Amino acid sequence: MFESSLKQLGDALRAKRISSVELTQSYLDRITRLNPQLNAYITLNPEMSLAQARAADARIAAGKAEALTGIPFAQKDIFCAQGWLTTCGSKMLHNFASPYDAHVISQFNSAGAVNLGKTNMDEFAMGSSNETSYYGTVKNPWDTTRVPGGSSGGTAAAVAARLCAAATGTDTGGSIRQPAALCGISGLKPTYGVVSRYGMIAFASSLDQAGPMGRSAEDLALMMNVMAGFDERDSTSLQREKEDYARDLSKPLNGLRIGLPKEFFAAGMGADVAKAVEAAIAEYKKLGATIVDISLPNSKLSVPVYYVLAPAEASSNLSRFDGVRYGYRAPEYSDLADMYEKSRAQGFGAEVKRRIMIGTYVLSHGYYDAYYLQAQKIRRLIAQDFTEAYKQCDVIMGPTSPSTAFKLGEKGDDPVQMYLSDIYTIAVNLAGLPGMSIPCGFGDNDMPVGLQIIGNYFDEARMLNVAHQYQLATDWHSRAPQGL
Amino acid sequence: MSLSLADVEKVARLARLAMTEQEMQAAQAQLSNIFGLIAEMQAVDTRGIEPMSHSQDLAQRLREDKVTATDQRAAFQAIAPQTEGGLYLVPQVIE
Repeated sequence: MFESSLKQLGDALRAKRISSVELTQSYLDRITRLNPQLNAYITLNPEMSLAQARAADARIAAGKAEALTGIPFAQKDIFCAQGWLTTCGSKMLHNFASPYDAHVISQFNSAGAVNLGKTNMDEFAMGSSNETSYYGTVKNPWDTTRVPGGSSGGTAAAVAARLCAAATGTDTGGSIRQPAALCGISGLKPTYGVVSRYGMIAFASSLDQAGPMGRSAEDLALMMNVMAGFDERDSTSLQREKEDYARDLSKPLNGLRIGLPKEFFAAGMGADVAKAVEAAIAEYKKLGATIVDISLPNSKLSVPVYYVLAPAEASSNLSRFDGVRYGYRAPEYSDLADMYEKSRAQGFGAEVKRRIMIGTYVLSHGYYDAYYLQAQKIRRLIAQDFTEAYKQCDVIMGPTSPSTAFKLGEKGDDPVQMYLSDIYTIAVNLAGLPGMSIPCGFGDNDMPVGLQIIGNYFDEARMLNVAHQYQLATDWHSRAPQGL
Repeated sequence: MSLSLADVEKVARLARLAMTEQEMQAAQAQLSNIFGLIAEMQAVDTRGIEPMSHSQDLAQRLREDKVTATDQRAAFQAIAPQTEGGLYLVPQVIE
């Protein structure tokens, strides 16, 4: 049952071979047993989960079930969920029981899905290893001395360890794809604007995008059908026709043109990662794809550009945390300014403060043109590289991360080294393109390697097709960590 | 590039973050490293390039000016640090 696909679970539930209450309870029992080793969840609320499961069983009995009705999912703790503690991995929100639902949460609720719990994450999604969480680091289920990646590390670990059927993540610079790669699961960051950001705690608003994380491309397609769609409450939500993301899954790949950017296959990528990615490309050739050499000459600037734009937007977004209306307030202060300064100093962790300070500096008087505006101009150059590339190819492939999962604490003292671990994912966010990561083998120390698939705007259905066909031909995605 | 301790102090004040002398020194070293990374983009010739704030260059969608929100004061104030009579309490700012 823990190895079943979402489709198989949905079929079993609708055929009443299992009830949602039984399924939910089995997951809760497994979480109770395994979560202490992994710390993948911040908040569990079995009563609320089981109440949803009972409602799902009633809906199934009434013959009104949809594809995901009764299936237990985990939600990244960045999504506000009514009645649930929603911490965003921060002490600042340690007592924030959300008074409302994020759009993504209400979409899952309307579909009759069960919320199993809120998953751990880097504080305010700022991190690539899950080590910045106020609630303790998450352990990689493949080797608990290693990081799961971040910021959606709790989700990635929970999916890999079969502590949920699938789960949600968010991706501002790689936060779905990098942990998916490091934990050996599949994850999709959709085109910017496809999934509503309403009720998703904001980090960098021009880059943030929610997406599904699961064990297969087919599972991700079913989740996209629930998560995507126009929402008037997010001013950047795109008004588009509703689409079925599973419609192209079974198409053959004959004639698919795969672009390989030479910059992604240069120095910097680990030899073990290169080997697994190259083997995946060879598999795609067998499936009928042709290879096109392309270049993304400005992609090397994506890390510096990102570390201007994302902190600038974060410093503005996080100014709302002032200890007045919700969240943490310092116990002692002398006046209003002192209350702000102490509440923020005590409520935010070191990485969040660092990014607020970078952002405040680049936006401060006299620096705006040299930093923010210059970064926005290079952002256009980076996006134009992709537009040029897609004249010659249908999808772009490369590594998701330069290395497999690193050791806990290994990059703790050096923010710059940590930032560079997102070197292949960030350009995709800057361009607003969809990107995904799927497991494509194992590297040194038997840790999973992720293959990144980057699509053109709104090409998610094709990317899911490309991933699904690979998953029909290989079994990397169905490998599970042993020894938990 | 490197930031001076005075720069760090100014930024911490603008960002409303209380910091000790020791924290500011640590931040000075780390921020200087990060700005070293960022400096890479400053040599790029971007004359004639329009800044990009949205990947599809879409403008913000505007909505009609009508009341849509419902009264949720009780729910919102239930999670506030300090309220009284339906108001959020902060230290006195006007004598």
